[in-house]
Amino acid sequence: MLAKRIIPCLDVDDGRVKKGVNFVNLTDVGDPTEIAAEYQKQGADELVFLDITATNEHRKTMADIVESVSSQVFMPLTIGGGVHDVTDIQRLLKAGADKVAINSAAVSDPELITKGAEKFGNQCIVVAIDVKKTAGKYLVHTHGGKNATDIDAIEWAKEVVKRGAGELLITSMDKDGTKDGFDIELYQAINEVVNVPIIASGGAGKVEDFTEVFEEADVDGALAASVFHFGELSIDDVKQAVRKAGVVVR
Amino acid sequence: MFAIVDYDTGNTRNLKKALNYLGIDNELTDDKEKILQAEAVILPGVGAFKAAMVELEKRDLVNTLKKVAANKTPILGICLGMQLLFDSSQEYGLTNGLGLITGSVEQIPDTGLKIPQMGWNQNRIIQNSPFNGVNGQFTYFVHSYYANCDRRNIISAVDYGILIPSIVQNKNVIGMQFHPEKSGDVGLELLKTFQKMVKTNDFSSN
Repeated sequence: MLAKRIIPCLDVDDGRVKKGVNFVNLTDVGDPTEIAAEYQKQGADELVFLDITATNEHRKTMADIVESVSSQVFMPLTIGGGVHDVTDIQRLLKAGADKVAINSAAVSDPELITKGAEKFGNQCIVVAIDVKKTAGKYLVHTHGGKNATDIDAIEWAKEVVKRGAGELLITSMDKDGTKDGFDIELYQAINEVVNVPIIASGGAGKVEDFTEVFEEADVDGALAASVFHFGELSIDDVKQAVRKAGVVVR
Repeated sequence: MFAIVDYDTGNTRNLKKALNYLGIDNELTDDKEKILQAEAVILPGVGAFKAAMVELEKRDLVNTLKKVAANKTPILGICLGMQLLFDSSQEYGLTNGLGLITGSVEQIPDTGLKIPQMGWNQNRIIQNSPFNGVNGQFTYFVHSYYANCDRRNIISAVDYGILIPSIVQNKNVIGMQFHPEKSGDVGLELLKTFQKMVKTNDFSSN
């Protein structure tokens, strides 16, 4: 049986991890490789790096970061943010990424999903979807959540899987930052219509939230940022709690 | 020197990074002579079986790898590289493999689980070997096909609806279905174990 994955997410801006990560034993709190190595030691099952850099020039540094992290850290790495075309995907995979997450570009150019999947295999194409509930409907948002679309998120999930997405990373904008628990209904609805792994993101605040999203929505992984970075929860706390509830973790 | 066979398959460089990290002298190469002279040969692989065999054939490496095995040089196949060690695969039509371990590569049957199997699964030992340390440990898998082979060649396995061989062995020919280079400390330890088996020429357990 596959273990449910616990996934820390790191925002990278111009080569540095942006949100202050406060592990006491780090010599350089912004160094992606050092932080990744620490998370590996703590038992993270996978790492997601999101490039939040605004300029293309700085974006090239992301490949260098992936190159460096994958030389020291030996677990699956997913890289997202600013992936616009097949060349971006190829550059990141070549640098050592295992999966590449496409978000806004998937909406503006859905063909990119198909092209990426055909060239590199479905398993390395993750489509990231930012979702906000508006008038009772789950709607897709792009550009870091800034732009609303009228695309139904459940329909969009179906569509991207049909086009070749091998995994979905679904962020609930309503829950993000609330520490109020994951959006169980959203993940239940999406899990009902697709047959690829789903990573839940947004809302993690306490260990019970992880147990709930695994048990109630049967997602494959749960992602969190600040609760791990600021040491409010450790990966081990989360794993012990969900294991106690009968969920298989590594 | 450990030769990593370079035949235009995905992400062989992550394997190289893991060997570098462990201080194992290695070279990514498609040079027949280097592969024949190597202390051990590692056959990586991501992608489809048929395309991989075509790429090996293009470089005249199919016969080279058969010679390597006949010379009793240790071979380690990883993921698709493991599958290539078998007689044949059903992926995109029946294709012959290297025939170094008896068995065929087949689609993971639909038991209601998501395919590909993508993630960490827990190994259990089927027979004693230097890889005993993998017992109870999770390793990282990404695959839609599995090796249907004789139990005597299965060192360890995972449960994914059916029993899926995770480490297979026929004397000096070893295969790992998971990615040791992506399986954290457990994976690195398994690569070290392989290195030790090479150094001591210990392939007697199977």
